Amino acid sequence: MSAPTEVGPPPAPAPGKPRRPAVGVLRWTLARHLLLVVVGLVVMFIVTAALPEFRDFQVMEIGYFVCAVAGLTVLTGMNGQLSLGHGALMLIGAYVVALLQVHAPSTPMYVQLVAAVLVTAAFGAVLGAGAARLRGPYLAGATLALAVGLPSIPTHYVSSLGGETGLNTSSIVTVPGWLGASFTQDHYLAWIGSVAAIATLLMLGNLRRSGVGRHFRAIRDDEVAARLSGLNVARTQVLAFVVSAGCAGLAGGLTVLATNSASPGGFDLTLSVGLLTAVILGGLGSLAGAVVGSVAIVALPSLSETLVRLTSLSASRGASVELGIYGLVLIAVMLVAPGGLAGVVRRLRATVARP
Amino acid sequence: MSKFIDITLTGFSAGMVYSAVALALVLIWRATRVVNFAQGGMAMITTYIAVTVIDRGYGYWWAFAAALLSGLVLGAVLERVIVRRVESAPPLNAVVVTLGLLVLLTAVGGLIWGNSSRPSVPTPFSLAGYTFGKTTVGFGRFDTFLVLAVLAVMVLLVALFRFTGLGLAMRASAYSQEVARLVGVRVGRMLTLGWALAAIAGSLAGILVAPRVPLSPNFMDGPNIIGFTAAVVGSLDSPPGAVVGGVGIGLALSYVSGYLGADFALPATLGILIVVLMIRPEGLFSRAQARVV
Repeated sequence: MSAPTEVGPPPAPAPGKPRRPAVGVLRWTLARHLLLVVVGLVVMFIVTAALPEFRDFQVMEIGYFVCAVAGLTVLTGMNGQLSLGHGALMLIGAYVVALLQVHAPSTPMYVQLVAAVLVTAAFGAVLGAGAARLRGPYLAGATLALAVGLPSIPTHYVSSLGGETGLNTSSIVTVPGWLGASFTQDHYLAWIGSVAAIATLLMLGNLRRSGVGRHFRAIRDDEVAARLSGLNVARTQVLAFVVSAGCAGLAGGLTVLATNSASPGGFDLTLSVGLLTAVILGGLGSLAGAVVGSVAIVALPSLSETLVRLTSLSASRGASVELGIYGLVLIAVMLVAPGGLAGVVRRLRATVARP
Repeated sequence: MSKFIDITLTGFSAGMVYSAVALALVLIWRATRVVNFAQGGMAMITTYIAVTVIDRGYGYWWAFAAALLSGLVLGAVLERVIVRRVESAPPLNAVVVTLGLLVLLTAVGGLIWGNSSRPSVPTPFSLAGYTFGKTTVGFGRFDTFLVLAVLAVMVLLVALFRFTGLGLAMRASAYSQEVARLVGVRVGRMLTLGWALAAIAGSLAGILVAPRVPLSPNFMDGPNIIGFTAAVVGSLDSPPGAVVGGVGIGLALSYVSGYLGADFALPATLGILIVVLMIRPEGLFSRAQARVV
């Protein structure tokens, strides 16, 4: 029997012994993170300019997946609470934006997104209060029930929530004039998605390095010890759920901007599983891993299309390829490298550093 | 009043199926401390195997036997090849692996048999309810068969665990792997056997659900979640709790869908699950236990 392998990143290196001594202003965490934000914005600018027009939609997709996956990795990797229901939380954010667009089309886009974040975070607080009492498989089962059960609620309310077909929003995002006449709407959406992702990463990155982030990790590693050191375990766990749900709500709201619709079919169990796959593949608790994982799940449909073409499967069977890859990745990562890609990188680095 | 009786009878019949799913989960949880989220996927595969047997022109009973037998094999293989490697890992790893298996099995089902839904599985028993005088109740010959089949499997499992040496060895490995190993029990084999037996109960649930719903690779998702809720309600550790929880949830959901609408069944499951976990997180049928934090 193999030795138990810990999930999640090992504890951060002891303070006072940084890997690389930072110089000058970069000693401050916020300064380092803001530098990364600038780098991220420059990358966004170059990537969207270099990629052909039709890739803009995928950049947007990556953007909202990063929001949701980063939120989930904070909850599951940093705080140790597994959620299989984040697809359902995205559904809430999406319906908030869609309802606002249908009933109050004049509200500015960012107000709609903030509303999505707040409503989903409030729902996350309720859910978190329940989840704080649950551990391991119980929490997994409860959130799995959420992922399967919640989409049937909009299906039932045909008149107000659009039933099976969902809500279609005709109001489209308008490109501000100062970007120039040749700036396309898709390009603008790609920027919105990227900026949302970068903002989410900045917030979660700072949270991670703050006292709250340490509390999250302390509770993940040893609840009893955390309690004995005076932490309010339940309250911190609820907080983690609220933060994570807010990120999922933002992601859900962005999907409406991207697709002009919100329907229950788009937020099924497959989405929740996809988010978890991105988290596990990138490495639990790793924000960089969340970005890599999001890119991977956005790239997956074209990969599976290629596979379907090569194996000449029928369309009905081909729909299963994507799901099968999710399953294989989840199992393989857990059996071979439970730390995900971030864990592999960490191990390689340790091997190189060793004299 | 007759609607109430109908709903109650339908709920009881559905509840017996949930009991079988719950029982499968409880057996695995007791033996390996893993919640087998893949249960529904396994039952889906075995039900499709049964349908294939029927398509080939064999009778219902051959298909029935094929489902249970393939469940036995599938359970044993999955435990031995995949789940064994995460049984000693942190609980999160096991949850992710069984969830991965669920997704993978659903995909395999779709790849082999297609994702478009197929007509329900035929049975030799009429699905219509019994008629007394002029009224027809929501419980018929198929429901009788269903209840008897689930009861038979339960009685056989209880007999195996209570009255045979093998059952004693299995209970010992579930109680304490180390001690069981010290007295000469081949614990690994017992765990594999435990998964195989649990998978039989799961496959039975699959083939009993199938006559009433169109068959698709997702057809067990709902019963799987509801069975999990039933197992939690009854306490994951207690087989009688699983049965009572299953019937209780079956009745509750039948009232919800009967009086509020079928779309509310799964949200209601979530509600029941959360309420039970808030009030009595260890389930209704567990002995008092120290709780961490």
